[in-house]
Amino acid sequence: MRQTRAVEFGTGLFVFMGIVALFFLTTRVTNFDSYEGEKGYTLMARFDNVGSLKERSPVSMSGVTIGRVTSVEFDGEELEAVVHMRINSQYDMIPDDSDASILTQGILGGQYVGLEPGGSPEYFADSDEIQFTQSALVLEQLISKYLFSQAEDSEE
Amino acid sequence: MRRVLLDTVYAVQEWLETFGASQIFLMRVLAGCPRALLRPGLIVRQVYASGVLSLAIIGISGLFVGMVLALQGYNSLERFGATESLGVVAALALVRELGPVVTALLFAGRAGTALASEIGLMRATDQLSGMEMMAVDPVTRVVVPRFIGGIISMPLLAAIFSAMGILGAWLVGVVLLGVDEGSFWSSMREQVDYKDDVLSGVLKSFVFGIAASLLAVFEGYNSIPTAEGVSRATTRTVVLTALSVLILNFMLTAVLIGEV
Repeated sequence: MRQTRAVEFGTGLFVFMGIVALFFLTTRVTNFDSYEGEKGYTLMARFDNVGSLKERSPVSMSGVTIGRVTSVEFDGEELEAVVHMRINSQYDMIPDDSDASILTQGILGGQYVGLEPGGSPEYFADSDEIQFTQSALVLEQLISKYLFSQAEDSEE
Repeated sequence: MRRVLLDTVYAVQEWLETFGASQIFLMRVLAGCPRALLRPGLIVRQVYASGVLSLAIIGISGLFVGMVLALQGYNSLERFGATESLGVVAALALVRELGPVVTALLFAGRAGTALASEIGLMRATDQLSGMEMMAVDPVTRVVVPRFIGGIISMPLLAAIFSAMGILGAWLVGVVLLGVDEGSFWSSMREQVDYKDDVLSGVLKSFVFGIAASLLAVFEGYNSIPTAEGVSRATTRTVVLTALSVLILNFMLTAVLIGEV
């Protein structure tokens, strides 16, 4: 009887530790709480080029993450990339003439959508489109622009 | 030439026979599951045997694997000046790959061998036939509780391994090597995904648990009832579990990442 209780105690402790470990992995190690904030509203933006923007890339304003990209698609008619993003509902006072640009975190970092506030008295509502957008900078295009301008200078 | 060819054919035939037998055995075990669930006491005892008794080796291994990861990661990341990503590197490696795989290999060594030799000895000492004589089905009474116990233990052990590994990485990275504590945890939380990384790791460890437990009870149950037979069954358990876990790992990873 005594041994059975030791076995039961050990097993209970083991299962408890396993669950604590799982809890630790989900809450301390992952961005689990951003799933809880599913409440929010969706914005849409069209870009000529999204670079390497992916699903779940952050959307940030003044460097603070306020939402995440939910999908990146290609519009075959307009020939543009369509980015849907979900903004946390607590940030519901973003002027509707704010502009979105695709920026890069650090040198090796991933890309994110940066919102720059405008001055309109109206705010974005659910499923609005961001009118003013700026594409990702593509390194090759920058270099070729630089080279062409150099060539023009030397011709003059 | 003809001999070699024949030997290969026989080997393949034998392998297929064993594989088929293990699938039929799996069906028998699954059929016995509902009956075995009526006696949770037996399962608790097996969770104790395969889980609690493996706890020390899993915890200590996890700690040291995490510590080595932090050392190696720090050394490589320092060249790019990206030591603040140490947390991400360690956490992703542990949660996605090392946690499930190394736990399964250790599980095969610690719990799988115990299961196989225990059941093999029962076979060798005619205890299983004795049960059959008393109209007790040895599969439901002996095999199924061990199988279920193993399946319950594996994901929990893998989670403990990963958690201990991350603590080990923290210990070496933050406490010893002086990586910034804030960026260690925050970069980890930023990059590690709950669904893609943690849940896929748990799914992997669950599948490995099924494979490791099934192989152990199958080899034990079908061992030749001699001392040599039991020892061969134990060896085969470890070898086959290690192989199938590594192969399954590749297939599962390919499916979960979905880029192959």
